Amino acid sequence: MRETDININRVDWITVMIYFALVMVGWFNIYAAVYDGQVDKSIFDFSINSGKQLVWIGTAMAIIIVIMAADYRLFENLAIPIYLVFLVLLLLTPILGKAVNGQVLAIGVGSFRIQAGEFAKFATALALAKFMERPTFDLSKTQYQLRAFAVLLVPVILIILQPDTGTAMVYFSMLIMFYREGLPQKYFVLGISLIALVLLALGIENNLYLAGAIVVIVVILILMGKKTPQQIIAFSVIGIAVIAFTYSLDFVVSKLPEHQQNRIMVLFNPDLDPLGAGWNVTQSKIAIGSGGLAGKGYLQGTQTKFDFVPEQHTDFIFCTLGEEFGWLGSFIVIALFVTLLTRLVIMAERQKNRFSRIYGYCVISILMFHFMINIAMTIGLFPVVGIPLPFFSYGGSSLWSFTILLFIFIKMDSSRALQLGRMG
Amino acid sequence: MNDQRPVVIIIFVFLIAVVLLTKLFMIQVMDDSFLKRAERNAIQRVVDHPYRGLVYDRNGKLLVYNNPIFDLMIVPKEFEMGDTTRFLELFGITKEHLIESYQAARKYSYVKPSTFIKQISTNEFARIQDFLIDYPGLFIMTRSVRSYPEPVAAHALGYIGEISGRQLERDSSGYYVQGDYVGLSGMERFYEDEMRGKKGVKYKMVNVRGVDKGPFKDGEYDTASVAGHNINSSIDMELQKYGELLMMGKTGSVVAIEPKTGEILSMISAPFYDPNTLTGSEFSKSYTALNALETKPLFNRPIMATYPPGSIFKIVQSLIGLQEGVLTPETTFACNKSLVACHNHPSPLNLFGAIRNSCNPYYHQAFRQIINQEVSSNTYKDTEIGLNAWRDNVLKFGLGGTLGIDMPNEKGGDVPSSKYYDHFYGNGRWKYSTIYSLSIGQGELLVTPIQMANLAAIFANKGYYYTPHLIRAIDGDKSQIPQQYLTKHEVGVDAHHFDMVQDAMVQALYGTAQRAIMKDIQIAGKTGTAQNPHGEDHSVFIAFAPKENPQIAIAVYVENAGWGGRAAASTASLMIEKYLRDSISRPDLEKYVIAGNFIY
Repeated sequence: MRETDININRVDWITVMIYFALVMVGWFNIYAAVYDGQVDKSIFDFSINSGKQLVWIGTAMAIIIVIMAADYRLFENLAIPIYLVFLVLLLLTPILGKAVNGQVLAIGVGSFRIQAGEFAKFATALALAKFMERPTFDLSKTQYQLRAFAVLLVPVILIILQPDTGTAMVYFSMLIMFYREGLPQKYFVLGISLIALVLLALGIENNLYLAGAIVVIVVILILMGKKTPQQIIAFSVIGIAVIAFTYSLDFVVSKLPEHQQNRIMVLFNPDLDPLGAGWNVTQSKIAIGSGGLAGKGYLQGTQTKFDFVPEQHTDFIFCTLGEEFGWLGSFIVIALFVTLLTRLVIMAERQKNRFSRIYGYCVISILMFHFMINIAMTIGLFPVVGIPLPFFSYGGSSLWSFTILLFIFIKMDSSRALQLGRMG
Repeated sequence: MNDQRPVVIIIFVFLIAVVLLTKLFMIQVMDDSFLKRAERNAIQRVVDHPYRGLVYDRNGKLLVYNNPIFDLMIVPKEFEMGDTTRFLELFGITKEHLIESYQAARKYSYVKPSTFIKQISTNEFARIQDFLIDYPGLFIMTRSVRSYPEPVAAHALGYIGEISGRQLERDSSGYYVQGDYVGLSGMERFYEDEMRGKKGVKYKMVNVRGVDKGPFKDGEYDTASVAGHNINSSIDMELQKYGELLMMGKTGSVVAIEPKTGEILSMISAPFYDPNTLTGSEFSKSYTALNALETKPLFNRPIMATYPPGSIFKIVQSLIGLQEGVLTPETTFACNKSLVACHNHPSPLNLFGAIRNSCNPYYHQAFRQIINQEVSSNTYKDTEIGLNAWRDNVLKFGLGGTLGIDMPNEKGGDVPSSKYYDHFYGNGRWKYSTIYSLSIGQGELLVTPIQMANLAAIFANKGYYYTPHLIRAIDGDKSQIPQQYLTKHEVGVDAHHFDMVQDAMVQALYGTAQRAIMKDIQIAGKTGTAQNPHGEDHSVFIAFAPKENPQIAIAVYVENAGWGGRAAASTASLMIEKYLRDSISRPDLEKYVIAGNFIY
């Protein structure tokens, strides 16, 4: 190992500072979420979650030191083995793991459990980077597209089998990285249209309105176009297909497991079932909404403290922030995430080899997805998906996996001077 | 081409941030409904009920107080019993009770308190208090009910009970809510605003399971309850108690007033009931039972029962005649029994003799002088004018309308006007012979016992009265009592006319009520025997004593007890002695009254 490997000056301190800021704010919020004025335990008390989180933070520091001290080539060299090891772990999880809420997510002994799905993220990111680093790997070509998707799909399938739809969804965020690496825009236009259609189909009570609107659009397109018979037929077929899709969607939804169905329906109307599936969203919105502009003050929140919001220290940790620090507090945290993501884009773009850049965009994709979906679900913009807010939510697996994910990239970035230029 | 894509990604990140912050701004800053829902969620408003004002008698003895009742509460989640045998012994319950109560509590809620042992006595509470610390999950909850050290003056004091839906609707103050206790009768009702105090509010926080998590913002928004004002009543508890002893088993009223002030010294409505029965959880059961009794013990006779006053009204007639100048002390009439029945006595009599002997024909003739003053040559017209003028004079004696005593539901009795007879007989179709019964306090004339007592006070005061009232002071401050009880009412008869009347009333006892005579206290009184077509006559007596510097004016009305000189006069005399001497020198008379065998 060469000394230049751990050159402190080359570490991107802005990113590191934001990381620590988020971890510390998260830790204070975890304390607020479990705080009970009548018991008045210290934030360091190991019997409550804030004390435990401190242990996770401490161990995360050790992980950071190990990563920073490692040889920068290690991750590139071990990318494929690490990926394979986690695939095996994911396979073993249903066999060795313990059921939590009907989902087998973790392997472990006693209270120490590792959620393989969380850690498989960085492994998959490394593997994708490794697969795609060659200059010839062209995402505009179908064969490469299929290969890249294959690397992504294997862990996704294994995670869905557990089943943990939320975590599986995270992997699809890699599309952002694919976009950067040249996946043609038409896929995104198609994808976004499809998502919009799904949302409209589910959101609008009566599909007839939607069908009517589609017919009108098709007619307008035909009138505006060249009116060749082929075009008219093509537009008409597409229009009919779209309408058929909207109608079939209701059928598909009805075939989903009930808790997933509820989560989707509640998004559009939380009052549909305020004590059942709508409870989380309703209570979460009440907690955040009651924070006002400046919040109720640290440890002064009533909704999160008195357990009105379920999962308040993990997936719904944003509620504590929203309630106690209000819109201004939310603004600061969102600004920290935006700064972090922007910084990571700048860092990814300055990498000298494609491997590091792809890995950087994987980090960006995963963090962006978590940040966007987690906060969106707490304020009722997205169905409730069990994914944590990076660096914020309570839990060792979550904190460790994000720390590893981020610091491998910080390590790569700090060693970029040593890397050979191998851009595609 | 890919050079723009990083920029697109950064724009996308900013776009997400804008969408999230916009939505957050909408629910956090623009919309305050979430704040309200949060408060509904976690903040519970607990009303702190004030301590209701106490009632003292005129000598500072307690008439009504708030008795604390202790309920032992249990929170199953926190409950730890330890040794069962010791526990059962300590709390004095059986194992079955323990299991039953625990399971009931458990069924209600695991985390919220429910009653474990109801209504622990004060002694029992004192005994177990120190041990409670050993038993987590058990605590004492205190309630209070109205209590009465002596079971007297139930009607005057009244009772409290849960506010009714109709009362709640009519309440414009917005103070009351369902389940609140309010004064429903007697002083409790009249002085409700003074006695109720002011409710306080405590805001406490609860978690999602409803468990108490302490005061909201350290009690910053809490308001303490303010205890109600204590009422110093004019009632003399000892006199009241004695009166109830005398009236035991009888039906009727006793009202004693301090003439100089209008303060009611005692007010007995017989049959009566123990006010302790109309309290707490027993209220509705007891009320229904009392209400069903044929003797109507809830009926407040002194202010609600109206009777013909009978012969006591002759004093009023005498005074009006004297004031009008149609009678003089020397006016003489023969006891002409063809006019109206009478008993045997010397005849003819002057006014003094007529009062002393209660001569009916005298008043038949005297009343004609008052009514037919020949203002009009038409005898019908003349009677009408005379009746209305007479009525105006009678009303000044506090008759024919409510006095305005400090109790609800007072009746006013009746003094008929010309309109009444016009309606009944037709205008110009009635004359003196139609209305002569009024001369001796019969006919359409109706008065309440309190009005009779007030008449006695007027005679004692030589021409004025203060509206009778039960209040003497509020929190010991006499200036706080309602202004209407400090206003002197003149009856419009010159004081010197009363001198002869008072002398005649002293002598009247020798004529019709010898039992009432006391050696050393000069009592002035007048008997009455109100005719009762449904059974035995009602026994009536009004009096004041001592004649010089009167301290007590009293009216006694005993239903179906025959002559006024017996039941009523004896009772009044004993009451006067009790009040002025605080001892009874005539045990035989006392025995006679208590026995209540007046008809023979």
